[in-house]
Amino acid sequence: MARRRIVAEPSKDQTEPLLVVDDLHTTFRTPSGRVRAVNGVSFELKQGRTLGIVGESGSGKSVLSRTIMGLLPSNNVEVTGSARYRGNELVGAKSSVLRSLWGSELSMIFQDPMTSLNPVMRIGKQITEVLRHHLDMSNDEAEDMAVSLLRSVKIPEPEKRVRQYPHELSGGMRQRVVIAVALACGPHLLFADEPTTALDVTVQAQILDLLDEQQRERFMSMVLVTHDLGVVAGRAHDIAVMYAGRIVEMAPTRTLFQNMRMPYTQALFESIPKLDLPSHTRLTVIPGRPPDLVNPPTGCSFAPRCERAQARCLEEQPPLMEAETPDHRYACFYPVGTPEGDEALAENRRRGYQAAGVPVMIQEKAS
Amino acid sequence: MNNALRKLGQLALVLFLVTLFTALLVSLLPGDPAEVIIPFGDESDREALREELNLDDPLPVRYVAWLGDFVTGDMGNYYRQSITEPVADRVTQAAPVSLLLMLYAQVLALVIAIPLGVITAQRAGSFFDKFTNTTAFGILAIPNFVLALVLSYVVGVELGWLPPQGYVRFSNDIGEHFRSMILPSISLAAGQVAVYMRLLRTDMVATLQEDFILMAKAKGLSNKRVLWRHALRPSSLTLLTVAGLNVGTLVGGALIIEIIFTLPGMGVLIFQAISERQYVAIQSLVALIAVGYVLVNVFVDMLYAALDPRIRSARG
Amino acid sequence: MPEVEPTSVKIDPAAGEGPDAALRHDDPDGTVTLSKTKRLGPIGWLAIIWLGLVALMAFVPQLFPVPGLTERFPDALRDRDFGPTAGHPLGFDTSGRDLLSKLVYGTRASMIVSVLAVTFGLIVGGTFGLIAGYFRGKIDTVITNAFNVGLAIPQLVLAITLAAVFASDANAGYGQRVLVVTFAIGFASIPILGRITRANTLTWANREFVMAAKTVGARTPRIIIREVLPNVAPAMFSIALLGIAIAIVVEGGLALIGVGIPADITSPSWGNLIATGRSQMLLGEAAQVMTASLMVFFTVLSLNYLGDVVRARFDVRDSAL
Ligand SMILES: Nc1ncnc2c1ncn2[C@@H]1O[C@H](COP(=O)(O)OP(=O)(O)OP(=O)(O)O)[C@@H](O)[C@H]1O
Ligand SMILES: [Mg+2]
Repeated sequence: MARRRIVAEPSKDQTEPLLVVDDLHTTFRTPSGRVRAVNGVSFELKQGRTLGIVGESGSGKSVLSRTIMGLLPSNNVEVTGSARYRGNELVGAKSSVLRSLWGSELSMIFQDPMTSLNPVMRIGKQITEVLRHHLDMSNDEAEDMAVSLLRSVKIPEPEKRVRQYPHELSGGMRQRVVIAVALACGPHLLFADEPTTALDVTVQAQILDLLDEQQRERFMSMVLVTHDLGVVAGRAHDIAVMYAGRIVEMAPTRTLFQNMRMPYTQALFESIPKLDLPSHTRLTVIPGRPPDLVNPPTGCSFAPRCERAQARCLEEQPPLMEAETPDHRYACFYPVGTPEGDEALAENRRRGYQAAGVPVMIQEKAS
Repeated sequence: MNNALRKLGQLALVLFLVTLFTALLVSLLPGDPAEVIIPFGDESDREALREELNLDDPLPVRYVAWLGDFVTGDMGNYYRQSITEPVADRVTQAAPVSLLLMLYAQVLALVIAIPLGVITAQRAGSFFDKFTNTTAFGILAIPNFVLALVLSYVVGVELGWLPPQGYVRFSNDIGEHFRSMILPSISLAAGQVAVYMRLLRTDMVATLQEDFILMAKAKGLSNKRVLWRHALRPSSLTLLTVAGLNVGTLVGGALIIEIIFTLPGMGVLIFQAISERQYVAIQSLVALIAVGYVLVNVFVDMLYAALDPRIRSARG
Repeated sequence: MPEVEPTSVKIDPAAGEGPDAALRHDDPDGTVTLSKTKRLGPIGWLAIIWLGLVALMAFVPQLFPVPGLTERFPDALRDRDFGPTAGHPLGFDTSGRDLLSKLVYGTRASMIVSVLAVTFGLIVGGTFGLIAGYFRGKIDTVITNAFNVGLAIPQLVLAITLAAVFASDANAGYGQRVLVVTFAIGFASIPILGRITRANTLTWANREFVMAAKTVGARTPRIIIREVLPNVAPAMFSIALLGIAIAIVVEGGLALIGVGIPADITSPSWGNLIATGRSQMLLGEAAQVMTASLMVFFTVLSLNYLGDVVRARFDVRDSAL
């Protein structure tokens, strides 16, 4: 069961943030044009905190986390901007530098546990190899450690599991193994890219709780990527909402839920199933499709789907503006909960369509 | 378990049909087989042959008799004017030569093809990749006997670096043995290198896009380890199947290569049997090759399971 | 034997379609350059031109300005210089005959044997493969097992055996020997051609349009011929090209073993030119072996290349080797 609790604030740590991302751009050169998958993203992440990155499929969440990790294929990608981990620049870092960070300082959990473990290698080996590689452990030490890691991610009979192959484990168990691998060397920063999307509803909450627990126990920083606002609601300290390669709203979790400004955030919020269950829903409830990343619209990229869109939204890209609430930024000219925003919505409802010509429903939304 | 039984049944059936086919080869001979096999001598010799080959019996009886002889190592005789010589004697001499040739060729092919496949897959699209692929494509179009003739002539005769013909037993002189096998092995291996390399490259390229490879990278492992420890094994299954099936091509190739380099193996045996019209010998030799080939594929099947635990447990 | 069933999984080449497209390391073969090989390209045209030339040599060798096969040139013999001279661009064999004319006239036998053999193999194997793949079930098991038996004997060994057995009559005429060689190669290629056809039929036989035809009540032979065959045809065609290439090589192999097309001055084939050239080569005259080998090489290369183009173009999966 997902408990929508508000995470306790960690002790106010005034040191330099663990991760500083500044104006990051990732562009893929493809036969059909340049795909701007990440388009000017900036944020900071402090030790021990969890940042939730939320957005629809294709909004660039995975590309963002992989860009920061430095795990993108090298042949058709251009990355500009900066991502500093403990002051070390990751963008354009030498692969030997990155490799020494991967697995030991920076770890990643992938979406599909069915495919992210090597099918022809024993579970134990997949854990011990990372221990031996980074921590210079002997075989025996590493094996003991692997067993205790499996135990700490709550896998029953870990002594038996280490000798098994991935196909002998259920999806939830495999994801636990993946987590054990990722945590093996005690990383400081963990990227979890939709770690539960491929799992059964009942298992999702268990895995999220496990991650949560490990994150607090180890005082690790975590970037939790998801398309479901419900998943991060009780688990992240801060939330960044992504749309078409940009962060369109970012705030501490409580602020975001109480004071959301961006119409897109609101749409995401309304797509959370009202039952108090982890969601499985892809965000089909938002009408329209995400924009073409090769030829993005001139103005706000959400404008073609936004109920509030005005002429200005189609012409001008809204910058990320500070809200009156602390640490809260959003990119919208007619934000939710402001007079301008309400006026824009009301006007569109009167007209029956918004600036891009999409019809707008008259009836009031329940909220 | 059930699956294993079914496989075994299939294997038995294949073996049965193959041996049946070869056992009946002699009866396919146009005209009276006895006349064809023993064109010389008198009627009593032929009568003895008819008796020996059960030519007057109905097919099932003849097959069973043949099979009984075959599995006990009696492969019939060479029928010459002066003497009859058991085929089995010659086979025990010749088979090791052919087996060694195929073994060397297969090992050589894999030793070259695997690294090439891995590296070209890793650098897919690079100049090295394109160059290697184009070369492989060209090599595929060179019949192995052409390569054998050219190597024998250029390296053996013109340059004189290696013996152009002839065979030295392993037990006689190890160094000379290998020298005598280099050119034949290369001739036989070249085409296989191209086939294996292309196959492995294709599978590797697919494997390298798998999530678990990205995960292995994200563990911070070296590129080498990711390639060789994580990517190679799951990519080698097609290669293995084809290497097994290819033993057929290898056998055919070996026969001709042996003739060109005058290596006293099964190829030379078949060649002689054909030119002397020793049909009983031909029949036994073909049966032997077919059985060996089937067994190799069973072995490949087992290796398959060793390489892929998913198959292993599916079979129980 | 491990049998690889054709899978219908196909990765959409459009980048970024899948949920986690970001991690798909780009495959330059899979996405970008494939479109290049789908077109014929300059090499493809060269291949076609070469094969056209080969076809001309096979059908109307008289078109080529070369001396007759029986003509001998004493000058070459006298000087023991068999190299090229004016009018004889490839020189002579060791009996003073023009090499180019041997190659040109040798084309016919090689091509007739290999094309007819593959046609035969494709008609027989293809029919059984279609039936097995379309009906599945028991009939498939029987046919597949039969193919497996055939595959249990190496193709060349089978061809040698058949050629040896059926041409056992020492007095067999040229025509009969050619027929035997053709049959031997064709018969030996049935199992492999049949298996590939079966595998491709399997992937098509359950497609919607075949189902639709079934529900509409079309008769089975009609469905097979009208719906399935046209889709399997590109695969069969590309396999036929590769098959002809293999048959050309097998013809050479049979010749070397002594069961090929009988070597005679008036009946050359590429294979028997290579076989008879061996003795000349050991005397230091490698030209006949080399040139005949080059004919084989360029032809096989062209056929392989075009086979690949057809496969890329029609997206044939060579799943069941
Ligand atoms: N290697 C690549 N080449 C070209 N385009 C790519 C590549 N990888 C990703 N993209 C594009 O980048 C965009 C963002 O993809 P990304 O995988 O980051 O989305 P996501 O937010 O993680 O979505 P999901 O929820 O489906 O995982 C997509 O439009 C995708 O098509
Ligand atoms: Mg993603």
